Formats: sequence, structure tokens, C-alpha cells
Amino acid sequence: MKAYSREFLEQLYRTLYTIRVFETECIKLYRQGLIIGYFHPYLGEEAVATGACAALREDDYIVSTHRGHGHCIARGGQLNKMVAEVLGRETGYCKGRGGSMHIADIATGNIGANGIVGGGLPIGVGVAMGVHVRGSDQVTIIFFSDGACNNGVFAESLNLAAIWNLPVVFMLENNQYAVSSPVEEMSRVPDLYKRGEGYGVEAHQVDGNDVLAVYEKTCEAVDTCRLGKGPVLLEAKTYRHSGHHVNDPGTYMPKERLEYYRARDPIKIARNNLIEHARCTDQDIEAIEQHINQQMEKAIEFGKNSAQPSVEAFLEEIETN
Amino acid sequence: MSTETVNTDIKMRELMVREALNEALCEELARDERVFIMGEGIAQRGGSYKVTVGLLDKFGPKRIIDTPISEASFTGMCVGAAITGMRPVVEILFIDFTSLIIDQIVNQAAKYRFMSGGKGRVPMVLRTQGGSGNGLAAQHSQSLEAWYYHTPGLKVVMPSTSYDAKGLLKSAIRDEDPVVFIEHKLLYMDKGPVPDTDYTIELGAGDIKRPGNDITLVAWSGMVKRTLAAAEELSAQGIDAEVIDPRSLVPLDKEMILSSVRKTEHLIIIQEAIRRGGVASDIASIVQEEAFDYLDAPIKILAGKNTPIPFNVNLEKACVPRQEDIMRAVKEILNT
Repeated sequence: MKAYSREFLEQLYRTLYTIRVFETECIKLYRQGLIIGYFHPYLGEEAVATGACAALREDDYIVSTHRGHGHCIARGGQLNKMVAEVLGRETGYCKGRGGSMHIADIATGNIGANGIVGGGLPIGVGVAMGVHVRGSDQVTIIFFSDGACNNGVFAESLNLAAIWNLPVVFMLENNQYAVSSPVEEMSRVPDLYKRGEGYGVEAHQVDGNDVLAVYEKTCEAVDTCRLGKGPVLLEAKTYRHSGHHVNDPGTYMPKERLEYYRARDPIKIARNNLIEHARCTDQDIEAIEQHINQQMEKAIEFGKNSAQPSVEAFLEEIETN
Repeated sequence: MSTETVNTDIKMRELMVREALNEALCEELARDERVFIMGEGIAQRGGSYKVTVGLLDKFGPKRIIDTPISEASFTGMCVGAAITGMRPVVEILFIDFTSLIIDQIVNQAAKYRFMSGGKGRVPMVLRTQGGSGNGLAAQHSQSLEAWYYHTPGLKVVMPSTSYDAKGLLKSAIRDEDPVVFIEHKLLYMDKGPVPDTDYTIELGAGDIKRPGNDITLVAWSGMVKRTLAAAEELSAQGIDAEVIDPRSLVPLDKEMILSSVRKTEHLIIIQEAIRRGGVASDIASIVQEEAFDYLDAPIKILAGKNTPIPFNVNLEKACVPRQEDIMRAVKEILNT
């Protein structure tokens, strides 16, 4: 392993753990009936967003998915506004108009989550096209999934980014299920990064549960893009710890495979990094976790205490539509 | 006749609609370096209807971009570029092909501002072209404005003259929200006066193409010309029709239509699109709700036949309102 500062490894751990806590606590709120609609947890996939976003500059962009809370947090999203949004409150990122599937944080370059599988792919390529026209060197990471790979816009977007050498990192989060359909049944070649070659796109596979592996590969990809030699396709192999959304028990997920990936929990791996390579003690880590738990508690309080959007103000707002 | 005041010192030229559109694009590209154009065959070839001729030479391949046949994705690219501060104009050669981009327009472009709680904007223009009349058959001749009219978050503009085409396109490019700009394939070669100056036309301002007192005829896009011809011929027979072109369907110049109806007390709406679920029906419902007491007769709608457009020229003609249909309907409504 390369040498990393304790500070950096702690930062990665903080992000991973924050995502874990956000999802876990929101599932509780969902079970209490406080969150409604669809809520797609990122549990088990935290290392992908964390490692990828750590490789970006402040002025870069990300495009997210319906399973997007992790991306938002990894890009520096604020827990208060996120909790308020999934609770549908006026103080949320989208003033309660968007909800879990549509959180966007333009200030941090997060173009937003998307309720349409694959919907963000062309949008991300267009963000990069804007960069290209302006002559800037910002990089865009597009998060998408194995499910989106079988939508036509994946083929189109990969090709479009390739013919114009656009600075895009296609971050394929292969969590091995399109909703409930296993990737090996939905495509003959389940190693999806191999599709890059046909489009002349540099492509690699990486362990999506190992935050440093994701970080290192993304750094290389980002460098390639900044030099004007993009795009790059990265396939991060990972696994969901639960069903497609909160109300999906995920009975179709084989026990042994789930156990295998739970044993390779991205949080555990990052925790080991801290102990083995940064001389952190269990107490040090507990202190980090404690702090995040408190922040999340405060965020939930903030969300719960925030006003519901005013129906009158809303009706006035849409009057001129 | 136009409601805009045009300074008499300004030189007027006779331009084809496609030339007027080209000028609008040219001026906006020069004025704002965030503007760029994407589409199939729009750069080197200058577009199938020659609207983008010469732009590649003037503005270069970074801003005038030929795309692969990947409509969904290059339209989606414009959404992404627009969110991050650019002003893209995407051309979809036929409105029929916009079925391929409907997710990006309806689920992405139209909703982003709303879903982001007003923090994000999508200042893009979708230029496309519709209508029947030259034997292009069922998949290249449709009038699909109702699809976009029906979707909150989009503006829908349909010019009928060179003057309007230029002024409206410039406004559409400068607008902060997504605009679906629908041209008509039969109008590209029509000539009309265009001032030699920078002007815009507000989206949502209709135009009285012909003032009159006896009956209000509302028509847009390809139907305006036909309606004006009918009005001229009726005038020789002593019927004084007022012809209103809303020019943009969203926003709609409701007040212009309502005040005309209050004056004439009769209304016919003429659209090329099929009637079922169409814009004409919606305008009729607005007028009956807001000006019922002024109406002397039921509102009449003339619309396209409820069918895919046939290839055969005679069958094709039978599918959309003709000048004689308009004249007959006027006489029927006025009982003359």
C-alpha cells in the first residue's frame, strides 16, 4: 500500500461512516413513517462514492443516481439539508420539491440524483461538453450502475464522450443487480468494463469495496481526463447490503454472496487501514464515529423541526407556469 | 401586420424563414460565447433545411457540432451543459424523432428547475420541425406540439413568419428555461420582411396578424398563412375576420385571444395537429370558462384528422384544415 497521511485516511473514514450512518438512520425514519416514497440505500457501496469523490478538485462535477445519498455526502453535501429534503421540508436541498431521488447541490458541483436509470449519463457528458467549449480542465464523474449499462443512452454517451475526448470518468457502480435482476442474467459479459474497448475508451475494473483502490484508480482516470485524453470507464465491483429500496427485502440475493460481501464491508476495510497504516486506536475511531453520530442526530432534529413547505406559497409559485 | 413597433429608419429586407433563423443563431452565437449548437448534419452540411448554413465557418467546430445519430444522448448533453451555465441549442431534424428524446426533455430538462427547488436552471433550446405537406408520410409529418404543451416546465414556441422566427428564436436562446421551438417544414422558403437590427419578441406575446370585427380566428405555425388567405377572401365577401397568431403556446397570450373574442363574439381555432387532446381544445376550454357570456355561437375547432399522415398527396391534403374548410366554418358560425 502507498503511504497516506493519517489525516487523509481519517477523512475517507469519516465520509464512509457518515454515509453509513445517514442511510441507517434514514431507514429508521422510514420505518417510523416519517420518510415516504422511494428510498434507495447505498449501504455496502460507500467506498465507491468516497474514493471517487476524494480524487476530485473543488470545481469538478459529479452526476448521481437514484441511489445518490452517498455521492452527495462524499461531495461535501450537508446532512441537515439532506435529512430535511428526504423528510420533504422547506429547508431541504430542494425545498421538499425533489425528495430522495432528486437531491442536487449545485454549489458543490453535484448536478444531482436522477429518478431515471441511465438518465444522468448524457447529462454528465453534456456537463463535460460545456467544459470543453469553455476551454476549462474540470472533470466530471458520472455515477451509474450495471442496470444503466443496458439502456441505450449508455452506448450513446460512451461513444459521444469518446469521439470528442471529453473529460468524463464513467464510474460504473456494479452492485450486481438492476433492481432485482442479477447482472450475469442481464448481460452475457458481466465484467462490464470490457464494453469500453469497443468504443476506444480506456477501461479498468476495481474493487469497489476498497476505498483506497477506488481512490487510486479514480486519480489516474481524472489525470487522464485533465490531460484531454478522456473519457475513462471504471467498473467498481461492489454489492448492496440490502434490497433495491427500503421496502424490498432482497430475497433474491443469495445468502453466501451477501455474506461474502458483508465480510468485505467497505467500512471494515477502511477501519483496518486506519489501525494498520495510521496507528489509530479503537478509541480514536470511536471518537470519530461518535462525532458523526452526533451530527446526524442534530441533522434529524433539524429536519424534524423544519417547517413543511407552505401549500399557499407553492400554489402561488406555480401560478404562472 | 405586427404589434411590434418598428422604427421606420430601420432597413427592412425580405428574408426566407430559414435565413431569418440563421441570422438569429448567428447573432446569438456572436453575442454570447456560451451559446453552442448540436445536431445531425448541422455543421458541415448546414442542416437539412439549411438553417445552420455557414455557422461552422464563422464559429468553428467547438461550437457548431455534428453529432452521431444519438438523439437521446446529445439532447441530454444539452441539459447537462445548460445546468452548468452554457446556452445550448439542439436541433432534432423532425419533431417525429423527438419521441427518442422524450425522457431528456420531459423528465430531465422540464423538471430540473422544479426538482432542485429553483436552484438549477436549464437554459436550452430544442429546435425542431413539424407539420405535413410534402409527402414525407407518417413518421416525418406530425404536429406534436401538444406533447410539450402538456408538460409543465417547458415553453413552446411556433413561429409563422420570418420576422417572428428571428425575434422569437433570439428570445428563446436568451430565456432561462428550456424552450421547445417548433418550425414548420413548409414555411422555410417563405419570405417576409425582417429589420436589419437586433430585436427580440417576448415569449408569450401573441400577434394580431389581421385586425377584424366579425369573428376571431386563432391559428399558429403553418395554419396562419392559410387562415390569412381565407380571411382575405372572406373580406371580399363582406366578412371582417380577426386573425390571431399566439406565436408561443406556452406561455399563451390568453388576454389577446379573450379580448378579441369579447369584441367579435365568435371564435374558430385552427390547428394542423389532430383534435383529440390538442392545444385548440384547451384554448376553447379557456375561452368558454372566461368569456362564455360574450360568445354568440359555439366555439368551433378545425383540426387535423385523427390519423397518421398518409403518403398519397391527395390523402395527405385531406388530413389538415384547408382554406376552404376555414371559409366554410366561418360562414357556418356567422350564419351567412
